[in-house]
Amino acid sequence: MAFISSGYNPDKPMEGRVSDIGPRHFGEYLPPVIKANFGKWDYHEIIEPGILLHVAQSGDKTYTVRAGTARLMSVTHLREICAIADKFSGGYVRFTTRNNLEFQVETEEAAKELKKYLNDQKFPGGAHKFPVGGTGAGVTNIVHTQGWVHCHTPATDASGTVKATMDVVFDDFTNMKLPAPVRISMACCLNMCGAVHCSDIAILGIHRKPPLIDHKYLDNLCEIPLAVAACPTGAVRPSKVEVDGETYKTVAIKEERCMFCGNCYTMCPSLPLSDGEGDGIAIMVGGKISNRITKPAFSKVVVPYVPNEPPRWPTMTKVIKKILDTYAADANKYERLGDWANRIGWERFFEKCDLPFTEHLIDDFRDPAYYTWRQTTQFKW
Amino acid sequence: MAKHKTPLLDQLESGPWPSFVSDIKQEADARAKNEKGLDYQIPVDCPDDLLGVLEMSYTDGETHWKHGGIVGVFGYGGGVIGRYCDQPQMFPGVAHFHTVRVAQPNGKWYNTKLLNGLMDIWELRGSGLTNMHGATGDIVFLGTTTPQLEEIFWELTHGLEIDLGGSGSNLRTPATCLGMSRCEYACYDSQELCYNLTQEYQDELHRPAFPYKFKFKFDGCPNGCVAAIARSDLSFIGTWKDPIKVDQEAVAAYVGGEIAPNAGAHAGRDWGKFDIQKEVVDLCPSKCISYDGKLTIDHKECVRCMHCINTMPRALHIGDERGCSILCGAKAPILDGPQMGSLLVPFIEVNKDDDYQAIKDIIENVWDWWMEEGKNRERIGETMKRLGMAALIDAAGVPVDARQVQEPRHNPYIFWKAEDVEGGWDRDINEFRKRHQR
Ligand code: HEM
Ligand code: HEM
Ligand code: SF4
Ligand code: SF4
Ligand code: SF4
Ligand code: SF4
Repeated sequence: MAFISSGYNPDKPMEGRVSDIGPRHFGEYLPPVIKANFGKWDYHEIIEPGILLHVAQSGDKTYTVRAGTARLMSVTHLREICAIADKFSGGYVRFTTRNNLEFQVETEEAAKELKKYLNDQKFPGGAHKFPVGGTGAGVTNIVHTQGWVHCHTPATDASGTVKATMDVVFDDFTNMKLPAPVRISMACCLNMCGAVHCSDIAILGIHRKPPLIDHKYLDNLCEIPLAVAACPTGAVRPSKVEVDGETYKTVAIKEERCMFCGNCYTMCPSLPLSDGEGDGIAIMVGGKISNRITKPAFSKVVVPYVPNEPPRWPTMTKVIKKILDTYAADANKYERLGDWANRIGWERFFEKCDLPFTEHLIDDFRDPAYYTWRQTTQFKW
Repeated sequence: MAKHKTPLLDQLESGPWPSFVSDIKQEADARAKNEKGLDYQIPVDCPDDLLGVLEMSYTDGETHWKHGGIVGVFGYGGGVIGRYCDQPQMFPGVAHFHTVRVAQPNGKWYNTKLLNGLMDIWELRGSGLTNMHGATGDIVFLGTTTPQLEEIFWELTHGLEIDLGGSGSNLRTPATCLGMSRCEYACYDSQELCYNLTQEYQDELHRPAFPYKFKFKFDGCPNGCVAAIARSDLSFIGTWKDPIKVDQEAVAAYVGGEIAPNAGAHAGRDWGKFDIQKEVVDLCPSKCISYDGKLTIDHKECVRCMHCINTMPRALHIGDERGCSILCGAKAPILDGPQMGSLLVPFIEVNKDDDYQAIKDIIENVWDWWMEEGKNRERIGETMKRLGMAALIDAAGVPVDARQVQEPRHNPYIFWKAEDVEGGWDRDINEFRKRHQR
């Protein structure tokens, strides 16, 4: 491999340097019909799953074809997307917040043709490349984080759990038969790069063992006061330890105080807490971010732990499918998953979804815990 | 021929949903073949090694990525995240495998020229693998080596006129819904505001000076398609003040069944005939709609939840007196539990003509306060909780308003200040003793 210079000169890093220019202006990338009717849309319709029609005040129409993807995409895959955009949608393509692709076309026939084309594209292993769907009262693509593919703190994988889940709920991606939209999100640790704390169904990687302490190296790699200050429950304190006859400055952990958040590890690499047996997944439900009818709401933990079972996480997907199917059968039209659970009562939710209620589901973290206990004698048997 | 055996990952090639494993494999093959004859600037086999290290994680249930080191481009503190494999001998192709965040066009519209340009850079100088997009909103390039960072930055800025995004204790890459570009509900131009503020605060984006990360997200309306209320330290959510516009003829068409409710979102199942009383009037959270052959909305009582509009988008349209609400302090559970954004400014005009000055004043006031008062690694939501909403409102320089609370306080432990009380706090104990014996 020969090093190819881009023009950058390391001896004079400021020479010709361009910085702080930000993103390109979005206006350069709007398809003509979008640009012409910017801010002047009148209404929209979902023609069929994955196909939206937008009608402007001018009478102009545009059809959107929406397709799911794995968020992790290769250059080869993206070039294929470009080729599709060049062929069908004038060279324009859009990504949605939830990692779906969207192509604009001019007519309903073109939209249907494109839908068919996208649905026909398959990987050699049989998986779709661009399954069309993700609209209306269904499940759309899962927003997720990095997992074992690229992060240092995950308690589970992200791409794999998402693939396993979407395979199981695929029917609800391509159809619109749920009472309301269901947003599933995935985050591989409590940092929640993916912010799963307000999702209808959330898959969350959790640790269950306190950090290991790499006594011999800790003081060299970490600022002890930072590691101490990082712990939200005050479980970490400075300490001295003798290993192989030598004394090391290090920390001690009050294990019964640890809530396995991994914050100390973020500040100090000598406190790893990943563990093949300890780690796994918590399942949360009932969150939402829209203001529609009811207020935005946090997700609630309904299954405190399922083990990591790569590659397909069968226990996790079984729970998710059961919750989704029970909701679909029981909820009213327009009723989000959390609103349904609130209406029937959470004690009923556990019963209907066949989930055991355990002590781990009673909150004990500071003030917010209090607001989750019941302060009334109104409950159901 | 695959470099590593990946029996567990191979099982993720079946099933209908797009398989990231198949995709990484196709990239591994493409790089091995190298039909374009590229002189790859990082190991050709890095996709193979990524599969190898991932398979290892699938076997032992633990990650094999080390803590990031400090890497980046000259003069920036954010935009690149250091990443190293903890088994570099087994997987040399990904021994050094840093993430590069790239600023996305707001609303995530692309043309193929731009996308192909980005791919050209990443094929030559990176792993050929990406996230489109990261959870924060930017383009994420997965995996390159340190010597390539300046080269990538040079080509991005010179060739494509695109910058890096944010990481570290600074402003993160702002993100917006597609807003006015294709949504009739957009109450303000969320993309333009996002673009303008991103440009205005490039320094804050690239050079960490904050106690911790800070996120802006922009939703054009209360439907919240980018989840601003849950995911951003400052959320800008479109809203309006005047009546919802009602087209009675279209209402009649919904009632008559000529138009499918909710834009056809429920087409997959037979829910029976549309019942306007049950599906709209009774579900209105503030019970301000009535229907007697004609739809009436008592608009002063409307809380603009969007339900009636979502259900009958052809008959009902948002009002004309439009602007946005600003909410502050949303965050995920780390450290002190999850927080939703709290309403700081009920309504503000989104005025491009004065370069959004009113909004910028609030942002800068809030930042000044947080930089002064916030502890290291404390999100503004936590600072707010520690010092109180009233302190934030005061610092932001916005008026106090009943809309900022759900209900008034439950306890009378009011922190009166000396200036609030007649005669102040300074009193003379001797004067007191003249009235009260010891
Ligand atoms: C009929 C009314 C609605 C319309 C026209 C609409 C329109 C849209 C559009 C255009 C997007 C793509 C936005 C982007 O990526 O920037 C979107 C995404 C989204 N919307 Fe809505 N929305 C509606 C109702 C809702 C409601 C009621 C909710 C929540 C209860 C909601 C939640 C979301 C979410 C979570 C996304 C991200 C989904 C994705 O990117 O695949 N929307 N919506
Ligand atoms: C803001 C100030 C105060 C608060 C919030 C407060 C609150 C309380 C509460 C909640 C209790 C338990 C009441 C119950 O069980 O019903 C209590 C008990 C008590 N408080 Fe206070 N208190 C305050 C100030 C004072 C002061 C200034 C004194 C005396 C000078 C005082 C003397 C007592 C005593 C003696 C009890 C125990 C009564 C018993 O035997 O059960 N408190 N207080
Ligand atoms: S959620 Fe946690 S483990 Fe997952 S990518 Fe974010 S920081 Fe890493
Ligand atoms: S994992 Fe969290 S709670 Fe446990 S010691 Fe570390 S910082 Fe403290
Ligand atoms: S947040 Fe509102 S304006 Fe933005 S895309 Fe969603 S529905 Fe449209
Ligand atoms: S927007 Fe919501 S609150 Fe307002 S009238 Fe419609 S349903 Fe009622």
